[in-house]
Amino acid sequence: MKSPHKTYTATRNACKLCAPLGASMAYKGIQGCVPIIHGSQGCATYVRRYMISHFREPVDIASSNFSEESTIFGGGPNLKMALTNVGNQYKPHHIGISTTCLSETIGDDVPQIIQEFRKEQPDLSHVGLAHAATPSYCGSHIDGFHHAIVAVIKNLSDKTLKNDKIVLLPGMLSPADYRYLKDVFDFMGQDVILLPDLSESLDNPHWHDYKRIPDGGTTPQELFEIGGSKGFIQFGDVFNRGASANTVSKRKIETPGSVLSDKYQLKGKTVGMPIGINATDRFFEAVLEMSGKQMPERYEKERGRLVDAYTDGHKYVFEKRAVVYGEEDFVIGLTEFLSEIGVEPVLIATGGKSNVFESIIKEKLQTGHQPKIMTGADFEEISEQCKDVNPDFIIGHSKGYYISKQLNVPLIRVGFPIHDRIGGQRVKHIGYEGTHELFDRIVNALLEYKQSNNAIGYKYL
Amino acid sequence: MDILKERKNQVATAASGSPLNLDCGKKSTAGAVSQRACVFCGSRVVLYPITDALHLIHGPVGCAAYTWDIRGSLSSGSEMYRLSFTTDLSENEVVFGGEKKLYKSLIELIDKHQPKAAFVYSTCIVGVIGDDVEAVCRRVSKEKGIDVLPVQSEGFNGTKKDGYKVACEALDKLVGTDNEAQLPDYSINILGDFNLAGELWMLTEYYKKMGVNINATITGDGRVDDIRKAHKASLNVVQCSGAMMHLAKLMKDKYDVPFMKVSYFGIEDMSDALYDVAHFFKSEELFKKAQLLVKEELGTLIPALAKYREALQGKKAAIYVGGAFKAISLVKALRLIGVQTAVVGSQTGNKEDYEVLKELCDEGTIIVDDSNPNELSQFVIQTNSDIFIGGVKERPIAYKLGLGFCDHNHERKEALAGYEGMLNFAKEIYATAMSPVWQFTRHHKMRSSVALDQTPVDSLPNSKE
Ligand code: SF4
Ligand code: SF4
Repeated sequence: MKSPHKTYTATRNACKLCAPLGASMAYKGIQGCVPIIHGSQGCATYVRRYMISHFREPVDIASSNFSEESTIFGGGPNLKMALTNVGNQYKPHHIGISTTCLSETIGDDVPQIIQEFRKEQPDLSHVGLAHAATPSYCGSHIDGFHHAIVAVIKNLSDKTLKNDKIVLLPGMLSPADYRYLKDVFDFMGQDVILLPDLSESLDNPHWHDYKRIPDGGTTPQELFEIGGSKGFIQFGDVFNRGASANTVSKRKIETPGSVLSDKYQLKGKTVGMPIGINATDRFFEAVLEMSGKQMPERYEKERGRLVDAYTDGHKYVFEKRAVVYGEEDFVIGLTEFLSEIGVEPVLIATGGKSNVFESIIKEKLQTGHQPKIMTGADFEEISEQCKDVNPDFIIGHSKGYYISKQLNVPLIRVGFPIHDRIGGQRVKHIGYEGTHELFDRIVNALLEYKQSNNAIGYKYL
Repeated sequence: MDILKERKNQVATAASGSPLNLDCGKKSTAGAVSQRACVFCGSRVVLYPITDALHLIHGPVGCAAYTWDIRGSLSSGSEMYRLSFTTDLSENEVVFGGEKKLYKSLIELIDKHQPKAAFVYSTCIVGVIGDDVEAVCRRVSKEKGIDVLPVQSEGFNGTKKDGYKVACEALDKLVGTDNEAQLPDYSINILGDFNLAGELWMLTEYYKKMGVNINATITGDGRVDDIRKAHKASLNVVQCSGAMMHLAKLMKDKYDVPFMKVSYFGIEDMSDALYDVAHFFKSEELFKKAQLLVKEELGTLIPALAKYREALQGKKAAIYVGGAFKAISLVKALRLIGVQTAVVGSQTGNKEDYEVLKELCDEGTIIVDDSNPNELSQFVIQTNSDIFIGGVKERPIAYKLGLGFCDHNHERKEALAGYEGMLNFAKEIYATAMSPVWQFTRHHKMRSSVALDQTPVDSLPNSKE
């Protein structure tokens, strides 16, 4: 399938990553879980390096380390050895397996290998094993993230404990965002199970002693409570519909929500990424409805302050032209936010190829203009299209920096990865508070741009 | 110490007399979180700095995405090499083959960018779906009139080191394709410097000052046309023996171009790299000029280093880098600024390298091949090291444990080679070892237990013992 902007067969500066990265990130949010990428060594090392450069945290991901023989006779022995070694060396609660293009292509039957492993290593029977099939040619990192959550629910969760908690599935957001969500529920007095819980495991405090597995993550206890919970709330309009970053795949795609409904008959609500006031309002509505709680005054005030900020800054951003790129659900969230503050997202791009992206984007736009919407895009295509749309700023992760440099416009760094600044793990995007930060950053970037590209050097703006 | 039993023979301690016998050059153990990458990674980092070639990665998206512009190699001309091209294979192509997509991709990209040559990297999956990459390359080469070179770098086919070899073999196909060139006397090729942060430019400046002519630089700031005539040079000067040694050997066999191993890190090794070239040409004049240059450089460098050396006296370092040759230089360079090496290891060292390290290091130094975060963290705690020298993957381990860190990997953006580089290196080590922030890390426990003791904060960073 060729999109109109596709001028080259090759992908030039990809605007997506591969599935085992997303899966490993999700597994990192399960307490005591060590990810294994089943395939050759390189994939695991690259994924680690990529995540380390963003989170600036130790990110241990093991590999089953294929050799040439494994590609011929299968990777079973390697995976079993990897499971054994990780089991003995890390003493994990769980091991989260994701597969690479290679192990999938040669047709390794991972469930079968796991069965054999269970028989051969009774000593490690206490270690939970989750397995997600994540060949990259079937989707991007964001698919991998969702597949891993599905695997966790299927392989590691239970409903032994009936409880009053709400399961929250936020998707790929920053640890700071996860902390915000935790706070919201804490403050309301509503127990929550974050699945995964990236609030700490990818943003650990300083250590006195080396920890093989960083603290934090959804606890084993919480995994047992998932099935007995009150219900779930999930973020994202695209992937929770069962879409994939690659439409070519005809497989039925399970989503965390669909599995929770099928396995535990849980009821759920789907809201978009809560970026901006409208989207955050919907998030709070969903929480209030499911919990039966009242909106705490604290969040009313937080919202009020955000509205106040919007009014203070509205002129600086009005009809400013923005380029937005990244993962589908995240971009949709950003687009809705930009649109509600009067920014015109003139070019909206994602590396994914889900077929619902464009229609959802159109629903979210408040202004009447017609943006360019690109799916399956790479950065060179985005860069080419940028030349016509004449943006005032760009918003997305750090890999688009070179485009902002070419165009000499500010880049607002959000999402993953941020490899050229520190603090990527602490960037806030969601809720009234995260939106507030984002809003201030955008306004200030535009002011700074104006100030430094002007001979007078105004001290008041 | 807790080391996987499969790895027991890959760790040793330097002791006088007994040989080390480190069991290196093995594939990584499954389930160990190796710091190594893959064959493809080895080929990619070596060939990437050839600036006017097209680099196309044949495979699914990740292998290319993760290696997009990661190396700090600079170019004085074309910037094409910094683009990340991949065939981004989808499920269909995995099932029905990716040759068509490869062909189209190549044709379009060559038409657009007019490269001098193209490298096509095969990643793991290409090795199993059976694409005839060589045939596609031949065909495109014929149609477009440029060399299109397959780089068979399927990740599972060995280690990163094997990737170097594959890269060298691809280069070997270019070398010797220009026989017209006439080179002046004293012409050398520089092999194995990748022009990180412009290091190569500093080195070529030194050689030029001596009166040596630089023919091809392989591959830092590399040009296809220079590589074609590389066989015309009188000498290959090879750095970082791991990466480019194979090409040097091939050129010795085929074209009888002799080679010498050098290192540009630290004063001694850098100066030797200049003197050795003069000796090779048996030229009194070159030698004198080299001496003069070294004298001049040291005249400014040594006094400049004094401050750092004084401050760093007695600090301990842990080194874990890609190549062992670099590790050897680092041990010496650290010694020059008063820092002792407590742990040293590499991803790809060989037996001889490790023996050299053993001879060089103080007794009791831990020497390790293909290590992992678990071991490394134990080693630094056990040895009470102050500074870690490694790559980005080691950085968070060091910081989390409260150690200083210096990036000495191919991603770094600081020039650390040559005399200027030595000063930068000292500054880097100094900046990380002497920062007052460590008062909140290593000493945290102590501080909280002696909180009432009024220890002045600024006396803490240096009082580690
Ligand atoms: S697929 Fe193979 S070549 Fe690509 S990163 Fe993984 S190990 Fe390396
Ligand atoms: S082979 Fe697949 S899983 Fe491995 S790095 Fe490449 S795209 Fe990712």
